[in-house]
Order: sequence, then C-alpha cells, then structure tokens
Amino acid sequence: MSSKNNIATFFKSLPKNIFSGFVVSLIALPLGLGLAMASDAPPIAGIIAAVVGGLIVSILGGSNVTISGPGNGLVGVLLVAISTLGLESAYAAIICSGALLLLLGFLRMGKLADFFPNSAIQGMLAAIGLIILGKQFHIMVAHKIKRDATIDYLLEIPNAITHLFHLENRGLLYAALAGIVSLLIMVFYSKIRNKYFQLVPAPMWIVMLSISLSYYFELVLDLPHPIADEYMVSGIPSADQIISQLPSIDFSKTGTLSFWLSVVSLTLIASIESLLSIKAVDKLDVDKRRSNVNKDLKALGLATVASGFLGGLNVVTVIARSSVNVNNGGSNRSSNFFHAFFLVLFIVLFSTQLTRIPLPALMAILVYTGYKLANPNQLIRILRVGKEQLIIFFVTLFVTLLIGLIQGILAGIFATFILHVLINKSFRLFTKNVLKSNVLMYQEYDNNSNYFISVKHFCSFLNFYKLKEKINAVPEHLDVIVDFSMCKFVDDTVMENLSNYQDSFSKKGGNFEIIGLDMHDSKTKHPFALKQMLPVPNIIKKSLTRRQNSLEVFAKEFELKYNAEKYKKLDFLDAFEFFKIKTTNFSNNHLFDETCGVKIFDLEYSEGEGIVQKTIKSTMFYLDLKNNIPEFTLDKEGFLEKAYGFAGYSDIDMVKHPDFSNRFYLLGKKPNQIKAFFSNELIHFFESNPYYHVESNKKSLLIFSKERVASLKEIKALLYFGKQLRDLIEK
Amino acid sequence: MPLNLFKTIGIGVAFSPNLEANINEASRLSLYLNSKLVLIHVGNASEEKLAKFKSLLKPYTSQGLQFEIVFKVGKPVEVILQSIIDSNIDLLLLGALKREKLVKYYLGSIARKITRKAKCSILLLTQPDVNRQLCKHIVVNGLDEEQTEKTITSAIYMAHKFGSKSVTIVEEISNQKLSVIVEDDVSLRKSNIEKAKIKRVEELRTDAILNKIPEDYKTNLKIKSQPIFGKSGYSIGHYTEVVRADLLVMNAPNKITLWDRIFPLDIKYILTELPSDVLIIR
Repeated sequence: MSSKNNIATFFKSLPKNIFSGFVVSLIALPLGLGLAMASDAPPIAGIIAAVVGGLIVSILGGSNVTISGPGNGLVGVLLVAISTLGLESAYAAIICSGALLLLLGFLRMGKLADFFPNSAIQGMLAAIGLIILGKQFHIMVAHKIKRDATIDYLLEIPNAITHLFHLENRGLLYAALAGIVSLLIMVFYSKIRNKYFQLVPAPMWIVMLSISLSYYFELVLDLPHPIADEYMVSGIPSADQIISQLPSIDFSKTGTLSFWLSVVSLTLIASIESLLSIKAVDKLDVDKRRSNVNKDLKALGLATVASGFLGGLNVVTVIARSSVNVNNGGSNRSSNFFHAFFLVLFIVLFSTQLTRIPLPALMAILVYTGYKLANPNQLIRILRVGKEQLIIFFVTLFVTLLIGLIQGILAGIFATFILHVLINKSFRLFTKNVLKSNVLMYQEYDNNSNYFISVKHFCSFLNFYKLKEKINAVPEHLDVIVDFSMCKFVDDTVMENLSNYQDSFSKKGGNFEIIGLDMHDSKTKHPFALKQMLPVPNIIKKSLTRRQNSLEVFAKEFELKYNAEKYKKLDFLDAFEFFKIKTTNFSNNHLFDETCGVKIFDLEYSEGEGIVQKTIKSTMFYLDLKNNIPEFTLDKEGFLEKAYGFAGYSDIDMVKHPDFSNRFYLLGKKPNQIKAFFSNELIHFFESNPYYHVESNKKSLLIFSKERVASLKEIKALLYFGKQLRDLIEK
Repeated sequence: MPLNLFKTIGIGVAFSPNLEANINEASRLSLYLNSKLVLIHVGNASEEKLAKFKSLLKPYTSQGLQFEIVFKVGKPVEVILQSIIDSNIDLLLLGALKREKLVKYYLGSIARKITRKAKCSILLLTQPDVNRQLCKHIVVNGLDEEQTEKTITSAIYMAHKFGSKSVTIVEEISNQKLSVIVEDDVSLRKSNIEKAKIKRVEELRTDAILNKIPEDYKTNLKIKSQPIFGKSGYSIGHYTEVVRADLLVMNAPNKITLWDRIFPLDIKYILTELPSDVLIIR
C-alpha cells in the first residue's frame, strides 16, 4: 500500500523534478567547466564528475534533494595534486580518494564532520574561497600569472587591477571586459527582480550572452572573435571522443608520500564538503527527511572512483546547486539524475559551441563563488559568537593559505582545544573526561513521550558525537529536554548544532528544549556563545540564556512581567510546610502579574547542611488568594514522604473518593476543615490533571512538579493549571 | 522465607576525625540489618584503644548490637582482606573522600584496592555522618547477568530494612544491544521498535526476579523499572546523580581479564565519581 503510494507520488512529482534538474544543469555546466579549469584539469573533467555523480548518487545515495558534482572546496587540493603529480597520477589519486570515501561510508564515519569545530570549518572554507578567488581573479582580468604560493596570487590582486588600465592589446582588453561584465552579472543578478530574467540562472546568462556575442561577431559583423585565443575555453571534446579517448591513468606514484598526502587531502575535503552540504540541505528539505549520510558517502565514493577512471574530478555533494534544486521544486533524487541527463544532452548537442565561451567569463563565476565562501560578513557573525572564535578562524585561514589544507584544519582544531583549555583554566577537565560517556538519556517515567538528556563534565566538538548519537535516536515529533546543569563547559559548535536540532524538532511537531544553562556565563549575547559554569554562582551574569530569552517572549505573550534577576528575599515562602526544613537560596527568572498576585520563578533551595547538603532548582508557581482557605499539602502518593518533616500529619482519607485517596496524599493539621474544603469539583479537577505538588498556607498557594527547572512547555502547563485552580477556589 | 543477606558487617577503623561518624554509621546499619559488627583496626591492640571503641559503641550495645574488635598489624589492604575471610564478613563498609571544594566523592587508593579484591559485598559511604538521614530512594542495576538476581534482592532487602520508599531498577540499553544503527528515518523507526522490544524483554526478566522475592519485603515499596540509554555501568551512576537517589546497588564486575586491566572496568568510572552511597554485591 505505502510502496504503491510512493510510486504514485514519485510519478506525480516527476515533472517538477525534471524541471528542477534542468535548471540545476544550467548552473552545473558553466560551474563544472570553470571548476575543472581552475583546478588545471581539462574543462570536460568537471562535467564528467557532475554526470557520473548525478547518475550514481541519484541511484545509490541516501539523501533526498542533494545534487552531486565537482565541488569548489576541492579546487585548491586538486590544483596541488595536479601540479605536483601530473594529471595522469592525479586521476589515480582521485580514484584512491574515492575508494577511501567508500571505506568511510562502510565504516559509518559520517560522524567525522562532527569533530571539526565550527569556526575552524569556517576558516577553512574562507581559505578555500580565497584560493579560488586569488587565482581566478587574474584570469578574469586577463592577467595570467604563475606563482608557487597561493598567498602570492592574493597579494598581486592590486597589481592585476592597475595592469587593467595599461592594457593595450585589444584581445586582452576584450577578455578582461568579458570577465568584468560577467562578474557584474553574478553580483547584480539577485538584485534584479524580473520574473523572466530570473528564469535562467546567472551563470547560464553569462554562457548564453558570450556564445551569442561570439556568433554576432562571426555572423553579423563578420569579424574574427575579438578575444585573444589563449583566453578562450579550449579542448572540449565531443561526446563520442569522451567515450573513445579514456585518459591513461598512472598508478606508478602510489609509493610516494606526496601522492598519499593528496589522496588524504582530497578525501578529507570531499567528505567534509559533502557532509556539511548534506546537513545544510536537509534543513531545506520541505518534507524534513533525514539523509542517510553513510549511504551517501558510499555512493559518492563509488561515483568518484568511476569519475576518476573516466577522466573526471572528485564527486561531492554541493550546497549551492542543491539549494537551487530545492528552490525549483526538486523533491527526490530523480532531480539529481535529470541534472546529469541534461548535462549529457548539452555535451552531445552543443560541445562545439562551448568553445565560444571566453575564459574570463567563466572565471568570473568562480571569483564570485570564491568571494561567497570568504564573505567578510562571516567575520562579523563569528565575532558576535565570541572574540576567541576569530582567533580560531584566522589560525585556520592562514595556516591553510600558507601551508596546506590538512595542516590548516588540524591547526584550527588544535587552536580551538587550546582556547577551551585556557578559557576553563583547566587541562584536566578535558583529558580526564574526554573518554567518559558523559551523556545519559531516559524517558521520564510519568510522561512517556518526554526524553530527558543529562550531560556531564563538558560538551564540546571533542565529544559532541556522543550527545548527537543520543538525540538522533529520538524521533523528531517527540519532546526532548537537554539538561546542562551538570556540565561545566559547552562550546559554540555544540550550541549551534543543538539550535539546528531545535529547528528540526519544532518543524516536525516535537519540542527540543535546553535547560540548566542559567548558572553558566558567556562573554557575548549570541545564543551560540561558549557557556562556562560560574565558579561562584552569585556573579552577575552578563547575558540572558536562550531559555531566559524565550521566557521573556513568553511573558509578553501571556501579559506577564519578566525579571531575570536573582532575589534572596524569599520570606514569603517560609510559611509553607515544604520549606520548613529546607533553606531557600535565591529565586530568579520571575514571571509575574502584580494585579492578581501570580508569580512563577525558578527557585534554588537546599536540603540538609554541610556535607549532606543537596542543592535543588525547581520552577514554582505562587499565587496570593483573596480568601483564606485551610492549610493543606497535596501530592501524588509516594512523593510526600520524601519531603519528610511532616511529623504530626496523616493522610486524610476522602471516603467518597477512593480513587483520589489512592492516588493522592493529602496532609493537613485540620482534617475536617480540609475535607469540607475539598469539594467534588475540586477533587475531579485534581484527578483529571497531571500530578503537581500543591500546598496552601491559608493565604497563598504554591504549585510545582519536578525537582528540576521546568521547560517552557511545562511552565505553560503549570501556569494554566494554577490559574484554573485559582478560578475554582475563588468561585 | 525471611532473608538475612548480611550476617556480619565489617568496617576498618582508624583514629581519624571520621572515627565517630564511621562507627555510628556501621552500628546503626548493623542494627537495621540484624548483623554482627566487626571493627577491624590495623595496628597493635591496647586497652586505651579498646576503651575508646567500646565507649563509642555503647549507645548501640544497649540496643542489642553484637560486635567484635579485631586488631592486626600489617599493610592495611592485606589486613582487611584477611579479616574478611577470617571473620566471615558479608558486607564491608568503606568511606569515600570528598573531592576538593566540590561536592564530589571518590575512593582513596586503599579503598579502591579493597573494592577490587574483596570477596564480599561492599558498601561505599559518601557521607559518613553521626546522625544519618534515611535512605529514601534506591537505584539498582538490572543488567542481564547471573548476579543481578542477588543484587536486586539485596536492594529490595535494604529498602525494606531502611524503610525506603522507592526502588528503581535501571535497565541500561546500550547501543551495542541494538542491531539497527540510526541513519535515517527508516532505521530510526526500526531502532525504536527494537528498543521497545528490548524494554519488554528486560522488564520480563526483572519481573521474574521480583516475583521470587517474598511479598512482605515489597509492601509499602514503590518499585519501578526505568530503561536508560547510555554506556553500560557508567550511565547508571549518572542517573543516580540526576534523580538524587540515596543508594546505588550494583553487581560487582564478574570477570577481570587482562583487557580490563588495560581498559578500566565500567565500575571504575563509578568509583572515581561516587554519585551516592554505592553497594556492590558479590
């Protein structure tokens, strides 16, 4: 039944997927050519990677709306591989890295990407962006140079610009013009809000404009092509040539270190780029499906092997093309297949026309993507999370630019770790606990759909995978509460990932809440900022936690006032039996309504003194009553004895309500008054609601449920319960 | 069938600031459990020492406490291990140390060695106190091991003797038990079905154990079972800490191989950070 349904929906969505695949292929064609040429490979290699990737990954992959093909992150590594090993050995390296990727998939190493700190990844991507931008900028302005170090290309950009004004060769001038106009198209494309103009993606506009200009010169003006020959795309074979002339692959360098360095770099970057893209694209998926990353890795690995043998580049999952796919209605893997299909069609039909594209125009597309990767806006975003993140970012960036990608990402990881040690002023916190299983998950007994996850020690990129494993095992339509109150340190990578989980849970109808960060301090107000437990809990905090922010919003919604500050004057609680043998420390996060005397707050109190002292934080509801009522304490059977110290009280039996008496413990000094006070209506109200601890001290009521801080959802329930109870009592 | 699991309780005593608390704790426990108390002192016997011990025990002997005091010279670990055998001790009490200013407890090196080598059950006390609080909530493991039956029985027995209110049997569902690895929506559904199955099987197993325990011991006691997801042998300590239970009852590790020497036993995790009082059943 369901499989029949699936087939029906598949065919129903097929036209949309074909269209979306077509649009994607329009971008993939120029990008594939450009990426391959930027890597010093023959232009067709990029197209081969896209076609092979599209075909294999769409059939064997585990994700839904991703597009696979040559990736921009790999340009830098491929460039090094091709220049040090030569093209034929580079193909061998590509094949080996594909095999390695396949292996990673089989070993379920999809979690590999979790071990990289966010800021280090940002730094690495920015460095890749700069590598692409630096090299291609020169070609874009018709200023071909050859340097050894990537950084030199960047430093010479000002030279290239001044060089523009001294161009005398008409061929070069036109080449530079084509590049600059193309760049302008890329930049201003998104600003032009024309329905028809937007139908064709910017890179395809560039291709179409340059081909038609070339025909205009040839057919209308009857002039030779104005752009110098060395600045034209060359060496595009026809379809039958691709099949008949397979490249010779040279495995003779497999014994050398530089070969394997290239293989490892290729695998590393290919897997990181793919995993990050899959993660990002899953967020875009309209149907909110989960991708099977390991299955995808296997498919990508196999596709890379095949692509290498056919003379193509590495196949990775690419974010930009995937998001275009989603935007154009791609809903399953068939769009990836059709993107490959249309690419084949383009090559079969138009392979000779492609040589009419000026190189600077193609490179303008790459300069733009490079700029996007190294967007300076990112710096501001990172700075908002925290100043220390900038250090990580720049360490990764510069090491990548100056030495290499593997060294760069390793330096980033190292810098992050050192910073975490410095911030916590403790090396032992990490070394002692890194191998410990620090995450506990269980379903709370009284509420079967509530998963409670408690995290101990520290939680950073080093051990996030443990927490992730637990969260992944929870279906997203359920409720999850993550408690960090036993966790001394939480880093930004974790906070950002958890925020992603919050999104995906809320989208699927679940609820994902983070609690226990009220005792932590962070240097910035950004929700992803590092959270460190305060050694002395009384220091005034600099910023509100996420829970506190949502409480503020909550307060507005329910027309309550909110105050996050701590109060130590808590004598109004002393009249309650519950606190007779407990000490109240402070209350914070107050939600209150002065007009009707309603108050909700987090209270920290302790039981016992000295060595046996236990400190507990709990969310409580307090309410002033208009009329006096008898003093009583009500809770579920079995809980009250825990709060010992009720000497002299006994359970009041409500003879008419055996079920109520069985389920609840009712205590009070004056049983007769209490029996009279507990009307049928009131008893039915308690019976039909969840268990709360309800206590009256004649003039006011205190209601709470758990010996921990309540989540937002639980606060809502508490508020509703309390208000209903008040209405019932005051009627 | 009345149970009497711990006929003889032993405790090592030295003249430390904790002496009074330790003796009070041990005496009270012996009275609760109707056991004989053996004080083991590493050192020479003297009238003075004997008088001191006896004066501390006095309030309890009047309540009917049976006791024996052993004086022996030698290395602490060896003396205590030997006394366990000589005096037929079923349960040895050991005090834990408090870590720095934090409310964290761990075992000293002597206590850790004894814990590993002793042939009897061991109760690790985190908060030896002159006036003991009642033990309200007991957490016990429900591992799929032969010993578990004895462990759960002991937990219920202790709960009964202490007048505890609730016992939670924790079933640790570790990832190794799941054959399905969560990778996407389909495997997630499968793994949740499998988890529910494991949960049922585990519950059946613990129910069978509970059924063998005399009904008297279970009246007035709330017994619930709680599946938790985490690392076997470690997460139970974490759970005990989260729910603020007063006593954790666990199986002793049953096999000590070379492998365990290199990669510490699960129980070692618990010993480095005691979540509460811990009773290890052998």
